[in-house]
Amino acid sequence: MTTEQLALKIRKHAVEMTHLGKSSHLASVLSMADIVAVLYGKVLQKRPNEPKWTKRDRFILSKGHAGAGIYAALAESGYFPVEELKKHYANGSKFSGHVSHIGIPGVELSTGSLGHGLSVGTGMAYAAKLDLKKHRVFVLMSDGECDEGSNWEAILFSSHHKLSNLVAIVDYNKIQSLASVSHTLSLEPFVDKWRAFGWKTTEVDGHDHEALGKTLHIDPEKNNQPSCIIAHTTKGKGISFMENSVLWHYRSPQGEEYEHAMAELNRT
Amino acid sequence: MRDHFVAALNALATKDRNVLLITGDLGFGVLTKYAEQFSNQYLNVGVAEQNMAGLATGMALEGKTVFTYSIANFPTLRCLEQIRNDICYHQASVKIVAIGGGFSYGALGMSHHATEDLAIMRALPNMTVVAPGDVVEAAAATQAVYERPGPCYLRLGRGGEPTIHQEKISFEIGKAIKLYEGEDVTLISSGGILQNALAAREQLVERGLDVGLYSMHTLKPLDEKAIKYLADRSRLIVTLEEHSTLGGLGGAVSEVLAELPAPRARLKRLGLNDCFSSLVGDQDYLRDAYGLSVDGIANTVLAEIYSLKTKTL
Repeated sequence: MTTEQLALKIRKHAVEMTHLGKSSHLASVLSMADIVAVLYGKVLQKRPNEPKWTKRDRFILSKGHAGAGIYAALAESGYFPVEELKKHYANGSKFSGHVSHIGIPGVELSTGSLGHGLSVGTGMAYAAKLDLKKHRVFVLMSDGECDEGSNWEAILFSSHHKLSNLVAIVDYNKIQSLASVSHTLSLEPFVDKWRAFGWKTTEVDGHDHEALGKTLHIDPEKNNQPSCIIAHTTKGKGISFMENSVLWHYRSPQGEEYEHAMAELNRT
Repeated sequence: MRDHFVAALNALATKDRNVLLITGDLGFGVLTKYAEQFSNQYLNVGVAEQNMAGLATGMALEGKTVFTYSIANFPTLRCLEQIRNDICYHQASVKIVAIGGGFSYGALGMSHHATEDLAIMRALPNMTVVAPGDVVEAAAATQAVYERPGPCYLRLGRGGEPTIHQEKISFEIGKAIKLYEGEDVTLISSGGILQNALAAREQLVERGLDVGLYSMHTLKPLDEKAIKYLADRSRLIVTLEEHSTLGGLGGAVSEVLAELPAPRARLKRLGLNDCFSSLVGDQDYLRDAYGLSVDGIANTVLAEIYSLKTKTL
């Protein structure tokens, strides 16, 4: 399976899961689907049949509300059967809306409250350095999440300690919960901020798989700073009427909207 | 207590290279030797407690036993959600250490008084809560929280506390230490106020009362067995803590007593009565102002016993 095919599967699963579970945050999954597909399909060192393999790269979804996308990527990567995804949001299932580590192989950290993942990833990266381990730690964040001050504590720490094995990826889709980022709490000049804080910062088209593959190929040995990848994305990417729309942060696809969404993805 | 904690931690760090101490830029003079001796097992993260708690979780998930260290409410309330979602939910081996429990920091003011921490930490699932009564308990508690899997909160005093236990103690998390048995009243104490509890007991004994004293160093898991025993054995139980009477020791003991069938001991909770410690003064001054001086404790106990007797008559 190519990473493009994996991304499409993640998008279809996400529409199906949010449809069945009558749940939110579909546009947030669509926004990061290509990043997640390139990570799981190409970048992350992993062993799905041995989820706690010590040499695995660690991946944390800090924007935990997009958990459906990670469940889909894990299922498609062989961590658990794809059929399990139908239990998303269901009473008595393991698949809570915000990503959960309990009973789900491959999830490193439960998140949901924003601004937690980067600090935990920083701790993992620091511990790996102490123990001279070679794996990397990837943390996928949202742009709105960067409002949280806790992130900037971790950002200061990571560059001070030269955590070259730590990679923060920001899904910069420019829309947060209620309005655009620029309207709510502007992050610009965003790249300059990360650079000023001592991070090796790269901008990339967050839907260009080839570019993502190259950018995410980080060798901790060849760096002496943590890496930040600002991935420019489109919220709701892949379904025309959801793209760049605040509405689809919360709206669940039902009825004709669901049919149209699936039809568009099937034409892709 | 902090020096005894650091000494105990030194011993742990010597034996186990996975032990780490992380401070939020506090511990001037106290941590210097440790930091020099164990440079790979020490980290000052700066004034950034949210990151400290998250960072500690990440390290613990990678196999470390991490002690986070700061004073008063900084390592707990400032990063409460990181403690709840990251440390506790993931059962991470993070041992949160607060120096300056209660009024230890005296005239520094209410920002530096930890007076709701026990209640709040106790409410978190998977969390163990320990507030040692003296330096001997503090050293033993350090070892005990290290050995106990998962999250722990170790609430210590500051420095200069007396040694209450003159003989070797058997310290076990979740098991209160009996100092004395008594039928009229049993004082149950958590944290450094044990010193005043002991002196108040002596005053009461001089007045002819039969007074018990227990150090309830662990608030969670609570020694319910001891409380049930005392509810049967004593006519009155008085809880003592440099903390709000809501949700800490007094709250915890109330919860157990309320579910016991009558007849049982009556309860009096001593501590801060749901207020901020806004007065200015040293620890002894504040203890006195909030009814926790030796005389204050003794007088309250006498009044309670008098009221019990009046009711019985």
